[in-house]
Amino acid sequence: MMPGRHFLVKLARGLLTVWLIVTLTFVALNLSGDPIDALVGDQASPELIAHYREKFGLDRPLWQQYVSYIAGIAQGDFGLSLSDQRPAVELIAGALPHTLRLGLTAFVLGLILGVGFGIVAALNRNRPVDRLVMSFAVLGFSLPNFFLGILLILLFSLHWRLLPSSGDATALHLILPAVTLGTHFAGTFARFTRSAMLEVLNKQYVVAARAKGVPSLRRVLWHALPNAAIPIITIIGLKLGDLVAGSIIVETVFAVPGVGRLLVNAVTSRDFALVQAILIMVSVTMILANLAVDAIYTLIDPRMRAARSEN
Amino acid sequence: MSERSEPLLRVSKLRRHFGGGRSFFRSQRTIRAVEDVSLMLRVGETLGLVGESGCGKSTTGRMIVGLERPSGGEIVFKGRDLAGLSPGDWQRQRRDIQMIFQNPQSALDPRLSIGRQIREPLDLHEIGDRAVRDAEVARLMQAVALPPETAGHFPHQISGGQAQRVVIARALAMKPSLIVCDEPVSALDVSVQSKVTELLQELQERFDIAYLFISHDLRVVKQLSHRIAVMYLGQIVEEGPTDPVYRQPLHPYTMALLAAIPDLSAPRRTRSGRLMGDPPSPANPPPGCHFHTRCPYARPRCSAEMPVLREVQGGRSVRCHFAEELRAES
Repeated sequence: MMPGRHFLVKLARGLLTVWLIVTLTFVALNLSGDPIDALVGDQASPELIAHYREKFGLDRPLWQQYVSYIAGIAQGDFGLSLSDQRPAVELIAGALPHTLRLGLTAFVLGLILGVGFGIVAALNRNRPVDRLVMSFAVLGFSLPNFFLGILLILLFSLHWRLLPSSGDATALHLILPAVTLGTHFAGTFARFTRSAMLEVLNKQYVVAARAKGVPSLRRVLWHALPNAAIPIITIIGLKLGDLVAGSIIVETVFAVPGVGRLLVNAVTSRDFALVQAILIMVSVTMILANLAVDAIYTLIDPRMRAARSEN
Repeated sequence: MSERSEPLLRVSKLRRHFGGGRSFFRSQRTIRAVEDVSLMLRVGETLGLVGESGCGKSTTGRMIVGLERPSGGEIVFKGRDLAGLSPGDWQRQRRDIQMIFQNPQSALDPRLSIGRQIREPLDLHEIGDRAVRDAEVARLMQAVALPPETAGHFPHQISGGQAQRVVIARALAMKPSLIVCDEPVSALDVSVQSKVTELLQELQERFDIAYLFISHDLRVVKQLSHRIAVMYLGQIVEEGPTDPVYRQPLHPYTMALLAAIPDLSAPRRTRSGRLMGDPPSPANPPPGCHFHTRCPYARPRCSAEMPVLREVQGGRSVRCHFAEELRAES
């Protein structure tokens, strides 16, 4: 009945999803082996091992560990990093700005290029422009990030010596990784935009707009694009939630000290608390992105607004 | 009467071919959607354009509105040839020729309220200030008998009949002198159909608008049209004032179409009966008279020689070699 109630239901579902993810990762990580082994090495004395077990609470039964972990999360305590002995949250907070800077730059780049080229392709359906754009789009999202990244490094850093290849100290450093990641986004968005636009451009109200003398730019941006927006926004939301996970490889290739790299290192060193904290963060971003997409649907489509207020 | 002698719209030898292009992989067949169409429309007059689906009547309408570029021929509107206009000139011309579509619901942007749909042409052409446009929208809605509260509704909230009224109001906003109506009532319930046709008639009297009324429904056409033109496979086969054409059709195809109307067919003494089969493909029209494959009166000459559209008597034309004989026979 009320949009507020609808939102609460969505939120509750989101929380349920987070809980499932926390539990699943908890179980999976504990099945994967003993983290203390990885921490202290196989030469350590039994006393040392016992000391660390106690310190991280690993000496208690599994269910107790689980309960206290959940209780900790509820209070914002994600535990200590095993390898670093600092709170996991602190480590993530240090890495997140790097990921966000790279990810958002790439995302905005991909969004502008992808949607723009998608529209151009749709307007020139089956003409050479369309074919060209779509070939690049397919290439963009099917080319593995590490391959494109290494290719760009070879060309721009090693061969022409134009751009730095590792770290993200300056905006110049950001260009290659952002282009690598952005190409992937652009390819995906271009394909979705093209197909959504094609469907709408053939609708009679767009033809009607042409017949009544609506200029073509206004026709495309005002009548066609907003009506084609639903599938485009859906994929944008999905990709936005995917930002951290998507940048893992790119961060590794370009040695960006971001969350993606942090996660890779945490997994290899069996840093339970850190892996879990990152996974929870990723899933929460995913869920928030979905909630945002849902809210935007109702903003742009009066039919959904009506359906909402009737339920 | 000087108005009578000066037509609003004169279409001559209009052609529209699709395909025929040759690419690396295949060569396409040319589809002759419109082959040879000549029409004339006076101020405030309705010309009904009828024919089976696929005969090219919608394509003809779309070319007149400028949605489709003619492959050849002339469209002279108020003394200017539209066929050769540049897209920019078309933009200005569009005020004067509007179009009403078959499926009104889909001719409305689902995202815009009814009021804004009607307002858009006014905003685009910057007619008056805000208050003037608001007043104009209200006036238009009243003219098409839409209740004022529908202004805030969205297309999915109104009925098909109301949607067609919105489309009509939107067309009227530009004060056009010609409206091309492409099957405007075919998608509506029969009870709503008559209301919309009445509205169209009333608006014609009030604003002196000419209609090109495209339809396959001969009953609706009869009610509205001053003259009618019958199309078959891209050509006009018969043209004339409505009443004589309905009373005594000259072309076998017109006879067959009229015979197919249930409540008009009873006393006709023709051997034409029902039309058999489908119309031939416009990609591969039969030689000679296009209709000879389905014509009950076909003779050898019909498959050899294409008849021309010729005037037979007071304002009537027909494209048939044997129109006079058939008339004498019936």
